[in-house]
Amino acid sequence: MPIPGQTRWHRLEQRQAAIKGLLLGATIISCGSVLAILGFLGYFAVPIFSQGHLAEILSWDWRPFQGRFGILPMVAGSLCLAAAAMGLAFPLALGICGFAHGLGPQRLGRPLLGLIHFMTGIPTVIYGFISVIFLVPLVRNIFPESTGYSWLAAALTLSLMILPTIVLVIHAQLQQVDVRVRLAAAALGFSPAQTLLWVLAPMASRGLWAAAVLGFSRAIGDTIIALMVAGNAPQVPHTLLDSIRTLTAHIALVVATDSTSQAYQSIFACGLILFGVTAAVNFALRRLQTRASGAMRHD
Amino acid sequence: MIKGISCLAKACSWLAVVVTLGAVMLFLGFLGAKGLNTFNLTLFFGQTPPWEAITGHLPVWHGIWPACVGTVVLVLLSSLLAIPLGLASGIYLAQYASGSWKSWFSLAVELLAGIPSIVMGLFGFALILFLRKTLAPQANTCLLLSAVCLALLVLPYLIVMTQTALEAIPGELRLVGLSLGFNPWQNLVHVLLPLAGRGILSGVILAVGRAAEDTAVILLTGVVANAGLPAGILDKYEALPFQIFYLAAEARSEGELAQGFGAALILLILTGALFLGAYYLQSTFSRTWDQKKLII
Repeated sequence: MPIPGQTRWHRLEQRQAAIKGLLLGATIISCGSVLAILGFLGYFAVPIFSQGHLAEILSWDWRPFQGRFGILPMVAGSLCLAAAAMGLAFPLALGICGFAHGLGPQRLGRPLLGLIHFMTGIPTVIYGFISVIFLVPLVRNIFPESTGYSWLAAALTLSLMILPTIVLVIHAQLQQVDVRVRLAAAALGFSPAQTLLWVLAPMASRGLWAAAVLGFSRAIGDTIIALMVAGNAPQVPHTLLDSIRTLTAHIALVVATDSTSQAYQSIFACGLILFGVTAAVNFALRRLQTRASGAMRHD
Repeated sequence: MIKGISCLAKACSWLAVVVTLGAVMLFLGFLGAKGLNTFNLTLFFGQTPPWEAITGHLPVWHGIWPACVGTVVLVLLSSLLAIPLGLASGIYLAQYASGSWKSWFSLAVELLAGIPSIVMGLFGFALILFLRKTLAPQANTCLLLSAVCLALLVLPYLIVMTQTALEAIPGELRLVGLSLGFNPWQNLVHVLLPLAGRGILSGVILAVGRAAEDTAVILLTGVVANAGLPAGILDKYEALPFQIFYLAAEARSEGELAQGFGAALILLILTGALFLGAYYLQSTFSRTWDQKKLII
């Protein structure tokens, strides 16, 4: 005959195990979805390799009606746009972080960072919309030879979108620097500006790298601004006023215009490239983080 | 020399702040100036009488009401899918997972967080292509598919915010419940979750905001410009972000453009309010723990 207390204990144990199992199941579904996404992209990209279209897709010519499906112009477009946006946003972000951490008046630092925080919440499509209505005609007026839908307009808009990400990463990194370091610098007679430039900035240098990498991946991953503002001509740009097409916009355009199966294969190749880039960024960030935390904690 | 560099750096930082603020103010001011004038019943319902439009008796042409409803339904559906899954995963990672499994799971969550939204949309599109080839030849892009893909997009936010909120609780408080005889589940439900509530809630709000604003995912998974009110979860639908995207390219008259401004302003107010709510909760949450640390 079982002892009543014991069965109750047993039942409680079983319930604990069941709850743990349920939570584990949810975690496996969440994490397995990454594999599912990679699997589907891979499954639809397989014909590229098995039918020997690889050389065709890795070419510089996108003319689907003549049977040319090269995606390299889009790779170049993505890189050009992301690089230009980073080139604009990164110095601005450095300036803003410097301003909030000693170069500007202390009272203005918090509201400034609050505004930057708020900027992360502005929908991308709104940046794109205002850009189409306001910035594109402006570019067209200043440079009459251009349609306005250009590398330049897209880079300006995109830099505004990735700016908060970069600022917040650098800011977090600067905040992690030990208070004692600041106090020591102040005790040695450093002004706040000097502390930032000669003490904090060198200590947070890995954070700068992390911010750059993260900002770059945000810029590569953006679809809507590129699609709305960059003009979408599948070509390698020569000047800032040329129209360009990114990998992300290319995917959206091909799906929307519903063309041949080989065009579809090419967009799955684009998807795999984008997945690979973001995965590489993740691994780079992991390495930077482990090293940065090693460098920061001396005690 | 040192003074010179400091001065130069100060000047540059002022310049950066002024340029950024100027650009943001220009953007938002432009939107505000053009958008506020468009706020009236015509913006939402066009020429349809409002009550008939809300109850769905009469279709709405030239109004953004169907898009508003579409966005709300879409966000609710994807929250329904993502929130239980995200919270459960976050709880597991914070409370139960350990060792190399924990780091593998965390890696997967980070990878998921990094996937661009267009790739998430492409996944949904591929899913439909796959279903057409295999199980259901009739399958087509629809509201449910968009909700699933959006749920995957916001899932990592939910997981990470839940996990960090739980892990931020000081060790002493974790042990109190257990030492008084709670089992781990009771401790979680009666002690840890209430303590982490604000942090988790701010994660949920952020996720909702993210789902409401994303355009790239729905672009590939079934949104259209003229569907009217969503008829069912297996039908096409309209959504605010897509309406803005569509009107930017296709607006043929001043009226349609004004509609675009109105829609953009509404979306901004919606996501802005969600964002500020999340920010407020998050800041009060972290302040609580700072005070607690001081007492202990």
